[in-house]
Amino acid sequence: MLTILFDGIAYGMLLFVLACGLAVTLGLMNFINLAHGAFAMAGGYVTVVLVNRLGVPFLVSLPIAFLASAGVGFIFERTLYVHVYRKSHLDQVLFTIGLVFMSVAAVDYVMGSSQVFVQVPSAWQGKFDAFGVGIGRYRLLIIVICGLLTVALQFILAYTRFGSRLRAAVDDSRVARGLGINVNWIFALTFAFGSGLAGLGGALGAEILGLDPSFPLKFMIYFLIVVTVGGTSSITGPFLASLLLGIGDVAGKYYVPTLGSFVIYTIMIVVLVWRPQGLFSRATSR
Amino acid sequence: MTPPPAAVRTATEWLSARARWHPLEIVFWFAAFAAIYLFPARHLILTEIAWLGLFALSLDLILGYAGIISLGHAAFFGFGAYTAALLAKHEIIEEPVLALLISGCAAMTLGFVTSFLVLRGSDLTRLMVTLGVALVLRELANRYGWLTGGADGLQGVSVKPVLGVFRFDMFGHTGYTYCLTVLFILFLVARRLVNSPFGLSLLSVKSNPLRSSAIGISVDARLVAIYTVAAGYAGIAGALLAQTTAFASLEVFSFDRSADLLLVLIIGGAGYLYGGLIGAIIFKFMQDYLSALTPQYWPFWIGLALVVIVLVGRDRITSWTTPIRLMAARLNWRALARRSAERL
Repeated sequence: MLTILFDGIAYGMLLFVLACGLAVTLGLMNFINLAHGAFAMAGGYVTVVLVNRLGVPFLVSLPIAFLASAGVGFIFERTLYVHVYRKSHLDQVLFTIGLVFMSVAAVDYVMGSSQVFVQVPSAWQGKFDAFGVGIGRYRLLIIVICGLLTVALQFILAYTRFGSRLRAAVDDSRVARGLGINVNWIFALTFAFGSGLAGLGGALGAEILGLDPSFPLKFMIYFLIVVTVGGTSSITGPFLASLLLGIGDVAGKYYVPTLGSFVIYTIMIVVLVWRPQGLFSRATSR
Repeated sequence: MTPPPAAVRTATEWLSARARWHPLEIVFWFAAFAAIYLFPARHLILTEIAWLGLFALSLDLILGYAGIISLGHAAFFGFGAYTAALLAKHEIIEEPVLALLISGCAAMTLGFVTSFLVLRGSDLTRLMVTLGVALVLRELANRYGWLTGGADGLQGVSVKPVLGVFRFDMFGHTGYTYCLTVLFILFLVARRLVNSPFGLSLLSVKSNPLRSSAIGISVDARLVAIYTVAAGYAGIAGALLAQTTAFASLEVFSFDRSADLLLVLIIGGAGYLYGGLIGAIIFKFMQDYLSALTPQYWPFWIGLALVVIVLVGRDRITSWTTPIRLMAARLNWRALARRSAERL
């Protein structure tokens, strides 16, 4: 029971790191980015290549995965995404679906279509018992890393100058522009950072979620659930939403495996119809 | 309160001018029916074009005319396909045309029920809800394997001859004639629908829901109505697929199918009914050509097409039709005749 809760929390934390970049992009530019999973996949594959083929230590490969995805995100944002912000939602959806399809086929071409795993160092494998609860070491590592990241993110958002500018831009980008805040630049940095976090999440999650070329399509719906249910106005909303989703998904698959993801999708529809703004979001003025 | 008679007359004239058949439309349908005799060797791909065109027409009704973005239109397509396949397999209704109608009605019912979910919320919420409905249906079809065949698909379907006379053959001769006839009839209905006052009110809802309700259009009722009709169209398209291939699998609900459909409609241009049909022709021949080159990496080209279309701009992409439209305007003998009559 508690083990399931523990696994669920690890899964939820992972989802949060994967999806929080998407929450900021959506809230900041009102931009629907369905291709967020592609950056996560990039991070995952970077780790796979580094650890399995080049023999880089696992913990060293994580920051590299972050930087690689952030770099790819930054380049894509500056060259391609900038042209699409002002277009309609339909255009944004078409554009990002196109990117997803291209990334899926390209990874399939380069890395092959089979599922790959990261060789996690043996020190991190296995389980130990703490107060009668079976705890997977690797999942504990995930919780620690993601927990630290969450605290750091919350700190950056709440107490730094960049954070307050970002919040101002999310609340009302026009007024923020009027006050001399370079919203475009903030957005590019946030986009790159969010992509980097997704890449880190992909690298950490390659072991648990499984990594194959269809990763962006498979998890797109999960990221979107986190963002739409959690709302985009704060970071705590998506955090709570991903914890709920993680625990719910793990518990659902354990107790009622025949139902599959059916429960998750139904709950999502109900929540969206009941509160289109998201469960944890305050009413926006726009 | 009744509007002044002069206004009614202008509006009626304008509507009937909109609904007038253009020579190029007649050429289009003439060519489509001529293909029955001209290209018997290509009937299989033409059949696919016919049901894909109908499916895209259905998306055009809600996207081009009512402005609802849907990422889960395959839900109705799949529902229709499974209904038709199950009806044929368990020999409940053996006659394909009747089964087709029932599949369409089933999909319409589903569309009516789910339409209330898309009324509220922003584009993103609609996107998620439509996607969610398709995913839920897919999960259901997967779970109730005893009924749907699960991941293996529904096998052992045998479709009886159309109207008891025309037997389906492996070359798609009957299939194409059948699909094309259904497409043509449903196209006529859709054409009548969008050129009616109802169609105009949809366009007004699309451009500004708030103002439309201010001038007395009940926005929610219109959206429910068009969503239901479009769901029925999609269901019939799915049923056509199931009947012509005698097979239905989980793939009919897939996200790729909904995404491909958006591409089909965007290639042809949304909002003028022919967009879906032209898009289906281009898409299928493109797929035929490209997947012969690289079968596994075909999604890459779909993705590239989508990205390029958006970056170049959708209006500029469909501007290749401008010369044709200009020519069409010149060809429009009735308008010419009227103008010369006015000059006299």
